[in-house]
Amino acid sequence: MTTPTVTTAAPAAGFSPKTLKDRLFRPATRQKLLAFASLVALMVFFSFASPQFLQADNLVGILQSTAVNGVLAIACTFVIITSGIDLSVGTLMTFCAVMTGVVLTYMGMPLWLGICAAIFFGALSGFVSGLLIAKLKIPPFIATLGMMMLLKGLSLVISGTKPIYFNDTPGFTAISQDSLIGDIVPSLPIPNAVLILFLVAVAASIVLNRTILGRYTFALGSNEEAVRLSGVNTDFWKIVVYTVSGGICGIAGLLIASRLNSAQPALGQGYELDAIAAVVIGGTSLSGGTGTIVGTIIGAFIMSVLTNGLRILSVAQEWQTVVTGVIIILAVYADILRRRSGSKVH
Amino acid sequence: MQPIVTIRDLSKSFAGVRALDRAQFELLPGEVHALMGENGAGKSTLMKVLAGVYRKDSGEVLLDGQPVDIESPRAAQALGIGIIHQELNLMNHLSAAQNIFIGREPRGRFGLFIDEEAMCCEAQLIFDRMNLKLDPRTPVGELTVARQQMVEIAKALSFESRVLIMDEPTAALNNEEVADLFRIIARLRSRGVAVVYISHKMDELKRIADRVTVMRDGQYIATVPMATTPMDTLIAMMVGRQLAEAEHEMPDTSANEVVLEARGICRGTMVRDASFVLRRGEILGFAGLMGAGRTELARAVFGADRIDAGEVFVNGQKVVIGSPEDAVANGIGYLSEDRKHFGLATGMDVETNIALASMKSFLSMGFFIDRAAVESAGERYVRQLGIKTPSVRQQVRLLSGGNQQKIVIAKWLLRDCKVLFFDEPTRGIDVGAKAEIYRLLNELAAQGKAIVIISSELPEVLRMSHRVLVMCEGRITGELAAREASQEKIMQLATRRETADAAP
Repeated sequence: MTTPTVTTAAPAAGFSPKTLKDRLFRPATRQKLLAFASLVALMVFFSFASPQFLQADNLVGILQSTAVNGVLAIACTFVIITSGIDLSVGTLMTFCAVMTGVVLTYMGMPLWLGICAAIFFGALSGFVSGLLIAKLKIPPFIATLGMMMLLKGLSLVISGTKPIYFNDTPGFTAISQDSLIGDIVPSLPIPNAVLILFLVAVAASIVLNRTILGRYTFALGSNEEAVRLSGVNTDFWKIVVYTVSGGICGIAGLLIASRLNSAQPALGQGYELDAIAAVVIGGTSLSGGTGTIVGTIIGAFIMSVLTNGLRILSVAQEWQTVVTGVIIILAVYADILRRRSGSKVH
Repeated sequence: MQPIVTIRDLSKSFAGVRALDRAQFELLPGEVHALMGENGAGKSTLMKVLAGVYRKDSGEVLLDGQPVDIESPRAAQALGIGIIHQELNLMNHLSAAQNIFIGREPRGRFGLFIDEEAMCCEAQLIFDRMNLKLDPRTPVGELTVARQQMVEIAKALSFESRVLIMDEPTAALNNEEVADLFRIIARLRSRGVAVVYISHKMDELKRIADRVTVMRDGQYIATVPMATTPMDTLIAMMVGRQLAEAEHEMPDTSANEVVLEARGICRGTMVRDASFVLRRGEILGFAGLMGAGRTELARAVFGADRIDAGEVFVNGQKVVIGSPEDAVANGIGYLSEDRKHFGLATGMDVETNIALASMKSFLSMGFFIDRAAVESAGERYVRQLGIKTPSVRQQVRLLSGGNQQKIVIAKWLLRDCKVLFFDEPTRGIDVGAKAEIYRLLNELAAQGKAIVIISSELPEVLRMSHRVLVMCEGRITGELAAREASQEKIMQLATRRETADAAP
C-alpha cells in the first residue's frame, strides 16, 4: 500500500486485488493452515505408529466422536468471537437431552416435537445467559458458570438423577447412528451425526460470513463501544448470539442422547472445556473479533484424533489428559504470538 | 433563516461534576460552525448530547424549530445528525467498507444476506469523492492512524447527514489530507449541510469556519463571526481573562551533563531508529501527530514494551532496561497519559498511592509496613506540591484531575527519579490546575530533574520545552531549540513522511 500523499504518482496503487500470497500470510489464515497441518501430521504419525488407526471402523469412530464436540465447539465459536465465553454448553447439552427425554418418554410426544424441544430449551437457556450478560452486565465467565451449575442441577432434579431411555421412541437412535450417506453410497458408512455436524457447520459458516448476525458477532468482539456508537443495539445482538449458541447446544444434546439411546443427567460437565479447546486450537482468538468455523472443526478433529490415537497406542487415560492440557496451552500461546506480531503495516 | 439546530439551557452532569451548565448553541443550514474552548470546556459533551451518545439532564434541543428527544446514536442518525468522534471508533478486525456500513448493511436477495459487493462499491464511491486511494476490503486494523481517521470521515459522510459534527477530525492528518477534508466540507456546505467543527487549530478554523461559538467551564460564552474576530479576543473568551503571559526565561541547559541517552531505538513499526539525549535540568518536548510513536518511544525507553534494537545510557553508562523495574532502578519514571488505568490505584488513599512505588523503603522488620512513615511522607509531599486534599487518608478517586496528577508526580519524586517522562501531563485537567502543573514542572527542572513532556497540544509543548523533538511515523524527523520552534515548523516536521519525501 502507498500512503495517500502520493496521489498522482500511483493512481491505482492499493487497488490491486489481494494476491494469493497476501492471503496466505494473513495471520488468521496462517493459524488455520497451521492447525490443518498439525491435524495431517497427527494422522500421518498415528497411521505409521499403529496399523489399526487407518481402518474404516476406527475412522468412523473418530468422526462419530467428533460430532458432539464439534457441534458444541461451533456454539462456542459464536460466543468467543464476541469476546465472550460460555462455560454452560456442556451441561446445557445434557439439559436439552433430558428435556427431550421428558417430551418423548415421559409425555409420549412424537419424535419431531422432541427434536424441537431440545433446540427450544437450548435457545431459551442461551437467551437467559444473554440477558444476564447484556442487561445485568454480569461478566460472561461468571454468568455462564452460574448457568452451568444451575442447568446441571435442573437436569438431575427433572430426571430424578436417573437416565431417561428412549426405548419407546423407535427411530430416535437413527438421528445419530444410522447412515443416510451409507444408504446411498454403501462404501461410505458415515454416520448421520457427522452429516449433522457438517450441515450445522455450513449453516454456521454462512451465518457468520454472510448475514447481519455474523457481522455483528465479529463487530462486538472487535470493538463493542464503536458498534454501539454506530447506532446498533448491542445488547439485543449479544442476546441473539447467546440464544443461537444455545440452540446449537440443543442439537448437540440430541446427538449425544441419540448415540447413547438415553439422556444421562450426570453427563456434560467437562464438555465445555473440550469445546473451548477446539475453538482455540482452530485459531479463534479468546480476545474476540476473529475466528472461523472451519478452524473450529479442524480443532475438534485434532482433539478427537489425539484422543483416539493415544488410546490405540495404549497411552494411559491420565496421560492423554496431560497431553490435551499441553496442546491447549500451546494453542493459546500461538494466539498470543499471533496478536503480538499483528502490527500495523499499511 | 431558520436554524437547523437550536440548543437551549442544556445541562449535563457526570457523577456530580457539572460538564454542561445551561449551554446554548445555534446552527444554521449551510454554515461551518466552529466550537472552541479549552479542554474540559464541554464542547465534546455538548456534541455527544446532540448525537445521542449522552442523555441531557435538562434543557431542550430543537431541530427545525421542533423539540426533539435524541435518545440514542441511532435516533440521531435517523434525524440526520452524524458525528465523527474524537477517539477513533473502529472495529479493527472488520474491513473499511464493513466499518462504514455497520448497522445498516445493504441486504441482497430475500433480505437475508449482506450484499458485500454493493457495500464495497458504495464505499469505493465515497472514497473516490474524498480522493482517497484505499481498497474498501482492507481490514481497518492494518491501516495507519491517518487512514483510519479517513475511514471515520468516510463513514460520517455516508450518512448523507444534514448536520455533521466533526470533533478534532484532523488530529492525525497531514496537510494534503486536511486539504482534501476541507474540499469535502466546502462541497457539503454548498449543499446546505451544516457542519460543527471542533478544533484547537486556529489556522484551520480561520480557513473554513463561518461562525464560532466559544465555551468555557461548561457554559456558553458567545457566538461571533470567525472572519472579523481577532484571535486574541477568541483566546480571551476561552480563557476568561486576557492571557498576559510573561515570556518566561528559558534557562540555557545545553551545557549540562547528559543524564539519559537513547541510541537507535526500534520497536515494530511504531518506533524506528530513534535517538535522543536528555540533559540535567532540561525539559524536552516530544511533538507529533496522533500515532507518531511518541508514547511508544517513551514506553520503549522505560522498558514497558520490549525494544527490537537500540541502546540506553544513563549518566554515560550503558544500561539494559528490560522492564519498568529496571528503569525505576536507574532513576527513570514514567507518568502515563492514562492516570486512572496505569498511574493510580484510585480506590486507595493519597498516602498509599504516594508510597506505592517505594513500599520497600517503608518496611519495618523487613515485612510490616511502617504506617507512620508512610503518613509523614504523604504529608510532606501533599505540602510540597500543594495537593488539595482534606487528608492523606482521602481516596484518590475523590480528588480532581490536577491533584491526581500531582499525586502521581509525588510518587515518582519519592522514588527519587532523576528522569521523568510526562505523557500528556495536563489531559483532562482544568485551566487553573494546568498552570500549577506547569509551574511544578519548571521547578522540578530547576532542581536538576531531567524531564520529557509528550503533548498533543502544540502551545503546551512550545510553552514548556527547552528543546523540541518532532516525530512522524516512528522516526524522529527534527529537533528544534525553544527560540526557533513554532507551530508551523513543528507541523512541517510532524508530517514529513518517508514515502512523501520520496515522491517527486
